[in-house]
Amino acid sequence: MRFLSSLSRLRLVLRTEQLSSVGNAHFGLEHRCFRAGYAEAEVAEEDTADFPGARVPTTSKLEFIGGAGKPPEPIQCYRLVRRNGEPIPGAEVPHPLSKELSTKMYETMVKLQVMDLIFYEAQRQGRFSFYMTSNGEEATVVGSAAALTDQDQIFAQYREQGALLWRGFTLQQMADQCFGNELDPGKGRQMPIHYGSQSLAFHTISSSLGTQLPHAVGTAYAMKLEGSDSLAATYFGDGAASEGDFHAALNFAATLEAPVLFICRNNGWAISTPVEEQYRGDGIAGRGPSYGVATVRVDGGDALAVYNAVRASRALAMERRQPVLIECLSYRSGHHSTSDDSSKYRASDEISSWKARDPVARFQSWMAHQGWWDEESEQQLRLAARREVLAALDAAESVPKPPLTEMFTDVYDSMPWNLCEQQEEVLEYVRQHPEELPAGMPFPDAAKC
Amino acid sequence: MKLLSGLLGKHVSMAWSGTSFAFSLHSSTTTAEVCGQEFKRATLCNAINEALRQALESDSRTLCFGEDVGFGGVFRCTDGLQDRFGRDRVFNTPLSEQGIVGFGVGVAARGFKAVAEIQFADYIFPAFDQLVNEAAKMRFRSGGLFEAGGLTVRAPCGAVGHGGHYHSQSPEAFFTHCPGLKVVMPSSPRDAKGLLLAAIQDPNPVVFFEPKMMYRTVVEDVPSEPFTEPLGTAAVRREGGDVTLVGWGPTVPLLMQAAAQVAKQDGIEAEVVDLRTLLPWDADCVEASVSKTGRLVVSHEAPVTSGFGAEVVARVTRRCFFRLEAPPLRVCGQDTPFPLVCEPLYLPTVKKLIGAIRETCRV
Repeated sequence: MRFLSSLSRLRLVLRTEQLSSVGNAHFGLEHRCFRAGYAEAEVAEEDTADFPGARVPTTSKLEFIGGAGKPPEPIQCYRLVRRNGEPIPGAEVPHPLSKELSTKMYETMVKLQVMDLIFYEAQRQGRFSFYMTSNGEEATVVGSAAALTDQDQIFAQYREQGALLWRGFTLQQMADQCFGNELDPGKGRQMPIHYGSQSLAFHTISSSLGTQLPHAVGTAYAMKLEGSDSLAATYFGDGAASEGDFHAALNFAATLEAPVLFICRNNGWAISTPVEEQYRGDGIAGRGPSYGVATVRVDGGDALAVYNAVRASRALAMERRQPVLIECLSYRSGHHSTSDDSSKYRASDEISSWKARDPVARFQSWMAHQGWWDEESEQQLRLAARREVLAALDAAESVPKPPLTEMFTDVYDSMPWNLCEQQEEVLEYVRQHPEELPAGMPFPDAAKC
Repeated sequence: MKLLSGLLGKHVSMAWSGTSFAFSLHSSTTTAEVCGQEFKRATLCNAINEALRQALESDSRTLCFGEDVGFGGVFRCTDGLQDRFGRDRVFNTPLSEQGIVGFGVGVAARGFKAVAEIQFADYIFPAFDQLVNEAAKMRFRSGGLFEAGGLTVRAPCGAVGHGGHYHSQSPEAFFTHCPGLKVVMPSSPRDAKGLLLAAIQDPNPVVFFEPKMMYRTVVEDVPSEPFTEPLGTAAVRREGGDVTLVGWGPTVPLLMQAAAQVAKQDGIEAEVVDLRTLLPWDADCVEASVSKTGRLVVSHEAPVTSGFGAEVVARVTRRCFFRLEAPPLRVCGQDTPFPLVCEPLYLPTVKKLIGAIRETCRV
């Protein structure tokens, strides 16, 4: 296909052959010694397909593996807590949760649930333009975030606001971003829920699916060169795993030995597309070993199991300086987004049966089982969260929009002449037609260009 | 630097003959000294190699990677770099362009300088999403919290005599339509070094197209020390008062040839402007020239429709409307996929350029 490069390769091969014919006189002995290992196993040679692409045993039987006819054994799902919150006896729990840590995890999950509920309603009332909830995936996101360190760089897809809450992003910061007001560090340029925070090592979300996966690999590789004791962790859904960037990222991470955690939220749906139309293999986890990537599958509704799997994956990735793939199985019990009505493509009893399997309630039961939670704490927590969310929305709504000139900054580090010209044109247009200025935006000062 | 550039211009003359370059170098030594500065004779490929070496030398957080980069690259641009800087900093990647650029974005987001190579510009399209939606928009979309300014993507581009569809393309106009990227194409070894070092240092993602036809066909004295040529600044390669010829990369030597011939045969004095950077481009330089000459011919190898020539013509027409004596003309590739056996009829040539210059000067 790339004939010019093949020509160059051909030249290289020829050159190498010339070199080796010259070198044989000197290195013949060593060469034979190297080959001796093979010669000793004369019989084994017949049994081994010794190709650069694969050194594997041979077989004289024509056999296919995989496919619908003979699927490989599915990868098991790691689970520590039953649906009713009872711990599974004899389970392997390398990283038990303390009361303090589980309380913080539970509080974060509840905060996330309350925020999702109220932000969703606020969007439906038209207070801002768009929203996406984490319903059904709270344990996946908060459980995994709790297993990372604060310096681990997170590259998320968009349904991972729980990881940001875990790291201390405030509900006020969330609301400011959704309203795109002047307190939004993103300067009101992106759609709601496209959060980012440099100080919390949470790379700003973009809408394009899967693009963050190779970014995480590049950052992880650079962190390895720095000798950092942190790594990169990237979240993505089962649908995004069909993108080419997933393939590129896993293959790059494996071959370049980058310490990166690939955390897949397999929630069964990519908007209206069920997993049967997304893939036919053993989920996302089934792909990991074929990239040479250590892989684990976990019950994403079990916060304790997610926490343990991610803690262990992180330790493995840091120790070996290699990637790990973690597939968290869950169910997207909310709509895909505020622009989606999921009852159009899935049965309402399916949704309600999964809603009943709320991972937050499951963790609460587990905590109650430990004697760490009671009804009174529950009521106080939910009430406080509700007040905080409502106050954040009201406050964010009253903050003005960023100045018009921010439309032109940050395209480059400094503004080139064409942007200066266009900024001046837009400002002049707004001076002549002030009614065209977006609502809540201050009347612009003179351009700084 | 400008003065030196003018001096250097006199060291080199290139002749276009059919499908290959012939060149004569007036300097007879391998190193020369001008104004106390050391120079080395270098091909465009040597100049790129030296720029990469000096970039890797000056900053240990600079990485070079791509397909077959480790052994020196299929065009030898990364020759010797892995031996010198190690496999951690100069390395092969799997064969995936979206992976290469995506990985580079992540490396750059960590504050490293990522110099990624796409083996042929024809194969940059799988990375289009990473360049256009990610690298270009990262600073803007995050309000400046994150950026991929450390990313430079090098890609050999342009016709090579027999490259057919997928070893010949000039995709610069796809990228000049993307705010947030810088797009550069040098036309000489000296510029290749100075512009590449500038691109690597620039705090914005840069797509750096290298005309592969010129890798070994042009030799020039290039300063030995690291130096930069400013991005966004065009260079006037030849002064003249009758017509302005604008080009970049491989069409610049054609414009020089055509200018020399019309001067001799028709007494037309053409001014040749090498844009060097296409985004953001030096409209002031072109405007100043067209204001003087009143005539404009733009030439590029890429197809004419929506090529970057259209942008030049539109902008200059607006700025210089009352000073134009004739409609601006474009001498470009045809609106077809790049053909194999018809390459000479597809591309701009000196003859086609002379025809256009005469046409515009007749009006």
